[in-house]
Amino acid sequence: MNDGSVPLLRAEGLVKTHHGGGAPAHAVRGVDLSVARGEFVAITGPSGAGKSTLLHLLGGLQRPDRGSIRLDGRCTDSFSEARWAVERRKAIGIVFQFFNLVSNLSVADNVELPALLAGVPPKRARAEREELLAELGLAGKERSMPGELSGGEQQRVALARALVNHPPLLLADEPAGSLDSKGTREVMRLLSRFHGRGQSIVLVTHDARLASAADRVISFFDGRIADDAVLDGAPPRKQGTAGVLELRD
Amino acid sequence: MRLPLLALLARGPAHGYELKQDLEQLLGSAYPQPNVGQIYVTLGRLEKSGLIEGEDVEQSSRPNKKVYHLTDAGREALHAWFEETEDEPRVRDEFFMKLALAPQTGLADQIALINRQRRQYLNTMRDLSKLAAAESRDNRIAQLLIEGAMLHLQADLDWLERCQEELEEPE
Repeated sequence: MNDGSVPLLRAEGLVKTHHGGGAPAHAVRGVDLSVARGEFVAITGPSGAGKSTLLHLLGGLQRPDRGSIRLDGRCTDSFSEARWAVERRKAIGIVFQFFNLVSNLSVADNVELPALLAGVPPKRARAEREELLAELGLAGKERSMPGELSGGEQQRVALARALVNHPPLLLADEPAGSLDSKGTREVMRLLSRFHGRGQSIVLVTHDARLASAADRVISFFDGRIADDAVLDGAPPRKQGTAGVLELRD
Repeated sequence: MRLPLLALLARGPAHGYELKQDLEQLLGSAYPQPNVGQIYVTLGRLEKSGLIEGEDVEQSSRPNKKVYHLTDAGREALHAWFEETEDEPRVRDEFFMKLALAPQTGLADQIALINRQRRQYLNTMRDLSKLAAAESRDNRIAQLLIEGAMLHLQADLDWLERCQEELEEPE
């Protein structure tokens, strides 16, 4: 097989049940999913459908009860926690709803830390950080502490941190879930921009506006894929987009 | 189109082509470009019902153009328009009837109906996102029109999700 035919991410038969206080919760109940290089996939569904659990499985933050995940053709089934941590440093970037920045580190240090941990020389880590922060409109905020920034700014720092090592895959778990509508549009714009440059993205969101930035939308219900639709921008319809905007007489 | 044209004439007299340009400028690329023929037809009807009056203005080397102004009755109609509130948008009736009747006919599956409808909404949402990105950010009226359409679609999608949650067969 050549590189083009190996999916960046391939999950087969994923199952995950949470055993909490009450009855066992079947969060993920048999999911097959393949993400091609350069693809932008959104996973939508009601809260509690298990979509965040699925994303956590894909990023190795939780381990499946059954099933298998391949990253770029490599089987991860026997990966240790430490090995997954390495993948998350180099191959997978993750952004979360609540940013998860290190609160007592400056913006610059938050972004540089994963690069330094990955063995990037400090000079290059700084150059990468400067470039990303400028790109994300955060130049001048290097010395700020996360608590001094707005939610939208913190999420942009988190995005810079996730992308500083140029991971082939970006996972985003409700990245606009705690942002206002302006922040949501900003996240949408940035994800689209990085995707436009070839970044592969898997996005979990309940926000259809955000999901519509993706090439492909998976509807997740009750632990399963209910629909998997490629958005082609040319739906068979009578009126076209203009019909939605038509102001009636 | 009738009342928006009246509203544009409340500022002062104008001819048909000016009104078309004013509408375009106000609503941006988001709004389907008004057809100039349709504008002239509407102006003709408004004149017939006494809400506006047209005056021929001679132009050298071109046919006369008609400049319209608002009448008192027209101003009255505009007051009434601004006074009224509008009906709420309705649930997509036709889709709802399909969903309600599908099980009895045995001809369609409810979940398949929901999935197909969702695909269309998502595609439209994508088109609207592109439109919003293409429209100037400074045209707040046009941006608000697109955002309104997106929020309505979001509500329709949320409702489809609720339908799916309720109607999905439990195992």
